[in-house]
Amino acid sequence: MNFLPPITCLTIVPLLGAVAVLAVGGKSKKLARAMALAFAFAALAITLVLWHRFNPGSGGLQFEEVHAWIPVLGVQYHVGVDGLGLLMLLLSAIVVPMAMAASWQIHERIPLYFSLILMLEAGLFGTFTALNFFHWFLFWELSLIPAFFLIRLWGGPQRATAATQVFLYMMVGSVALLLAFLAIFLCTGEFDFMDLGEIARNGQLLPALANISDLHKFTAEKAALILCFGGFLGFAVKVPLIPFHTWLPAAYAEAPTGTTMLLTGTMSKMGVYGFLRILLPIFYVQLRLVRTPLLWLAVATIVLSAYAALAQKDLKRIFAYSSINHLGYCMLGIFSVLKFTGNDPALATEKAAALSGVFLQMFNHGLTAATLFWFVALLEKRSGGLRGLHDFGGLRKVAPVFCGLMGIALFSSLGLPGLNGFVGEFLIFKGTFPLATWPATVSVLGLLLTAIFILAILQRVFSGPLQERWSEMPDLTNGERLALLPAIALMFVLGIYPQLVLGVINSTVMQMVQQLRF
Amino acid sequence: MLAWTIYISFLGALALMLLPKGSVRVARILALLAAVAGFAVTLGGFIQQRSGELVTVARVPWVPSLGIEYHLAADGISLTLLLLTGIVAISGILFSWNIGHRTKDFFAFYLALIGGVYGVFLSFDLLLLFVFYEIAIIPKYFLIAIWGSTRREYAAMKLALYSFVGSAMVLIGLIAAYVVAGAKTMDLVQLARFPFPVHFQMWAFPLVFVGFGILAGLWPFHTWAPTGHVAAPTAASMLLAGVVMKLGAYGCLRVAMTLFPRGLGAWGFHVLGFGSWRDVFALLALIGIVYGAMVALVQKDFKFVIGYSSVSHMGFVLLGLMTLQQIGLDGAVLQMFSHGILAGLLFAVVGRMVYDRTHTRDLSKLETMHLSKVIPFAAVTFVLAGMASIGLPGFSGFVAELQVLIGAWRAFTLFAIFAGLGIVIGIAYTWRAMQKAFFGSPDQGSTTGDTGPLQPISMPERIGAIILVGTSVAVGLYPQLLLRVIVPALHTPVFDGLWRGSGR
Repeated sequence: MNFLPPITCLTIVPLLGAVAVLAVGGKSKKLARAMALAFAFAALAITLVLWHRFNPGSGGLQFEEVHAWIPVLGVQYHVGVDGLGLLMLLLSAIVVPMAMAASWQIHERIPLYFSLILMLEAGLFGTFTALNFFHWFLFWELSLIPAFFLIRLWGGPQRATAATQVFLYMMVGSVALLLAFLAIFLCTGEFDFMDLGEIARNGQLLPALANISDLHKFTAEKAALILCFGGFLGFAVKVPLIPFHTWLPAAYAEAPTGTTMLLTGTMSKMGVYGFLRILLPIFYVQLRLVRTPLLWLAVATIVLSAYAALAQKDLKRIFAYSSINHLGYCMLGIFSVLKFTGNDPALATEKAAALSGVFLQMFNHGLTAATLFWFVALLEKRSGGLRGLHDFGGLRKVAPVFCGLMGIALFSSLGLPGLNGFVGEFLIFKGTFPLATWPATVSVLGLLLTAIFILAILQRVFSGPLQERWSEMPDLTNGERLALLPAIALMFVLGIYPQLVLGVINSTVMQMVQQLRF
Repeated sequence: MLAWTIYISFLGALALMLLPKGSVRVARILALLAAVAGFAVTLGGFIQQRSGELVTVARVPWVPSLGIEYHLAADGISLTLLLLTGIVAISGILFSWNIGHRTKDFFAFYLALIGGVYGVFLSFDLLLLFVFYEIAIIPKYFLIAIWGSTRREYAAMKLALYSFVGSAMVLIGLIAAYVVAGAKTMDLVQLARFPFPVHFQMWAFPLVFVGFGILAGLWPFHTWAPTGHVAAPTAASMLLAGVVMKLGAYGCLRVAMTLFPRGLGAWGFHVLGFGSWRDVFALLALIGIVYGAMVALVQKDFKFVIGYSSVSHMGFVLLGLMTLQQIGLDGAVLQMFSHGILAGLLFAVVGRMVYDRTHTRDLSKLETMHLSKVIPFAAVTFVLAGMASIGLPGFSGFVAELQVLIGAWRAFTLFAIFAGLGIVIGIAYTWRAMQKAFFGSPDQGSTTGDTGPLQPISMPERIGAIILVGTSVAVGLYPQLLLRVIVPALHTPVFDGLWRGSGR
């Protein structure tokens, strides 16, 4: 591995896998699945090697590769990861095999399905490692295409509408992003995120933007705000932030459950990642101007989505809204660290806490939400597609292992101490209270509402009188138990020993806090 | 060596004509061999040439008394377009594997057209260029009139008339230039150095530019394009949209803009806000982009959607030329290549994969057939081609249109914004065509039964599609492949006048 560029290899493995599965997999279903899984595990192995070789003492980029690509456009092949990128790589590499396992019962066009999942994985790896806008945008879009077709071809009855909705929302977001970065390129001649961050920190962004503002008779400050909004729109749709979330419930509910796991577990993280890696370093001055409305937008996302989840009857829709809710905490943390702190060391510590919380929450939510949707998939397999809150009852009696394990995942989602979900949310709130007291206080309401709908699921599905038709429902098979075991174990490990992740991201967090001082 | 591209094509055409009647198989293979040989020669030349500088291929006196020479040469721009011609020619033959009616004549005309196109891209003597340009028109007419479909005589005649009017305008301009220069030469490089009087350039430039622009689909002279593309048999549509439209754009750049660069300069007065021919043509190009896209959005015939999309995409080429920015011109040449590949691919899907099987191009009928299940390969190809054509990153269209847009932003900011609107409409019509043609809604599935089983996609079609998609992806991921020769070519002495004299 020492002589091969690790990140390029990591991105190529799933791409090769996608081609191979499509080419060879036509022969037998089993072969296609096994090959896809093998490639996903190969990618996981490479990620683990990266994790092992990563130097946690440095907050900068590691495993960097820089090559000339399109000199005319100032485009370089520039990849690298810091703690944040590495964490996202690991999350993607873990969620993809889970999603494949959950898609085992797909019976139509199997090679194409698994090939699209691998292609999506390549898109994720590329997005989390690319540091040049052109290169990054290529993968950002590459991940959208498979997602669209996974929903369009294998989704539920309303799949056509859901897929079109996803596509349109994402396209609008992408176009906004593209235009914003084109304008930035025209003014600064740079596509590289690191260089653009440097330019912004040196205060050269506004003078550069004066070029276009001359033309349209508005100030450079205004131009910067508009560009910032373009980028914001692209990422806010992906996360999603209320009011840009309306594509999500239908998409999550209609997508085949394996795909939903990918959408929530990894693709939503692309949006949060975009905020952290791209928007925050380049536009922190502009974002700070609108910090208060942004904070309240995050609060609205947290509270309203949890409230909406209360009203849902479909398990997938409940978890879809719950996803919006959990990512709302990430956004709350991100917007709170925009506060100007100068050299105050106490507030810097709080910022570090909030950011660490955000990183952890991204990983934890990815893991937990994907696992929860997996349980829904297992439930659907047994019930013949039924997944309503009121369709079940008393399952504890017939499927105790299923209910026990899903209960753990539900409690993790609720944020029970000792499980992974708790640490991230705790750190976010710890950091946010001093930085943005009122928004943090109001969003506690979200925690409360989450507890209510999670307990409602426990009560309606697992307890109560057993419905006649489910008396024969089989419990988890040994294979399923084995497949679920790593995910559940990871929830406990991270809940009890979060240092495992915090150790890796700490330097990156510190560097970000340092950069966001002013 | 590159000159052999022309000879091979014409020799191939001759050999095909001499074949006995009914030798279908031999005709196909012979045609394919000729196309592959032409491509191989081009590729050899492309690899040999390191920098994109102008390299003379052949130069012998032709009509010494008039100073006319047989002068073939190639720079990076010619090479890029030669490569395009080679690739589209090969895949066009692969997509015409099923032609049964007068097979050998079909391929003979086809190769003659290719030979003419190669000739235009290689000529550096204006009269020679004009001769090859005319040679290319004749086979086009017959290809459409004999093997075409919908209203083929009308379309063939319209195309021929438009082409002849265009070439007449070009000819007048060229003769005038010859007379005014008085240097007894038709050599492009020498004439480009000649300082034509400004008032002469002011009328000669629009004349020649429009003359070539007609073939490039310049709005409002574009109307031959959709009808011609639709009526033509698949391979001819591929060549028409893929290569012949590029002849026009190439002529605009190579002849009109380099000979009469000061014709692009300011008039010194304003009419309706236009201050120069450059403003006028940039606006026409922009109208082409937006209008073509909007018309494509409402077509009922699948092939007309692609036909009008060609008008829209060629608008980007012309807009790129009018930016007079290095990056805009790079983008324009790259867009010529990219659109050539993608238009070829789209017409192949619509004409060969869909129409030859279903015998309808009516989108509302195709909607009921669920083609994505019946011929999945065609669906996948169209999705890929559509993504490339809407300018998704990773495909050739993105880099090309991006460069044009950046150039346009610097030259005419407002136009760049409207061109961006054209791209958005592009997404809409591609989306609509894809949904209707391949992913019809299930509730309209009641009439599925009457289509019967369709032929599976044949091997030549698969190979052709893979060649075209592969090329687009290769250029999209590594545009330096072509930009390596295009960028230096724009700095050869031929373009000095353009950079200096256009009054930027």
